[in-house]
Amino acid sequence: MGLQTLFFYLFAFIAVASAFMVVSARNPVYSVLFLILTFFNAAGLFLLTGAEFLAMILLVVYIGAVAVLFLFVVMMLDVDFAQMRAGFLEYAPVGALVGLILAAELIIVVAGSVFSPTIAKNVPMPIPAVTQRTNTAALGDVIYTHYIYFFQIAGLVLLVAMIGAIVLTLRHRQHIKRQNISQQVGRTPETAVQVVKVRPGQGV
Amino acid sequence: MEIGISHYLTVSAILFTLGIFGIFLNRKNIIVILMSVELILLAVNINMVAFSAFLNDLTGQVFALFILTVAAAEAAIGLAILVVFYRNRGSIAVEDVNMMKG
Repeated sequence: MGLQTLFFYLFAFIAVASAFMVVSARNPVYSVLFLILTFFNAAGLFLLTGAEFLAMILLVVYIGAVAVLFLFVVMMLDVDFAQMRAGFLEYAPVGALVGLILAAELIIVVAGSVFSPTIAKNVPMPIPAVTQRTNTAALGDVIYTHYIYFFQIAGLVLLVAMIGAIVLTLRHRQHIKRQNISQQVGRTPETAVQVVKVRPGQGV
Repeated sequence: MEIGISHYLTVSAILFTLGIFGIFLNRKNIIVILMSVELILLAVNINMVAFSAFLNDLTGQVFALFILTVAAAEAAIGLAILVVFYRNRGSIAVEDVNMMKG
């Protein structure tokens, strides 16, 4: 059994086990932490297939941004999760049945099928040999030429998501004193200063 | 035993199924439902990368990159909606969500 086989089974087993813990953990904070473990092992699987850039993106973007975002939201919301788990096992048999049927079907299909060796011969964008071009450089060659419009659209999707999230969560509170810069700049001596003649001994 | 494409596809099928199972199991807790959706998208990504590697085609990795982008955007928007909903209702129970309509 080669080293690659060993690592494949290690990553695959931990990924599946922690994915099960994600859906069945009692505390959602543990769920997020197991989700991070799942992503970590999936990044290991990506490395084994040779997709190094995607593995690193999974670590940086998914664990560094999305999973931490989940962690923030779970910890920020003060929700009674115990009450939410009432009736937890009510739908478990149905879910397990659906899941088992789905998994059996998928595995029968994918494990029983054999791919024709001629498919890999004439693909539109073959992966260059790793001695000539690294995975990241090869991806860059393709993304910035053939897929440039898709790349720009992906950027737009992220921009829209960012603006949407900010607009949704930004709260404009009433009854709070705010600085109004145009009002401050627009003040003139005529409107700001009042000259009062005070007669001696009388006060204002 | 050599690791072939069917090994990767089996792992991704199991992850996909666990995501579906999680939606059934935690149907009251919308945060865990969102995490299950992330699991499903991860399974799709493993499929894409496995096919890309074993068919020697770079297109699968490009698509996996775009799926990652869309998944990140979806998670950000979903969690923002969740925070706004919690601020208005004081709970995140899925049954109350239909109060949002109209």
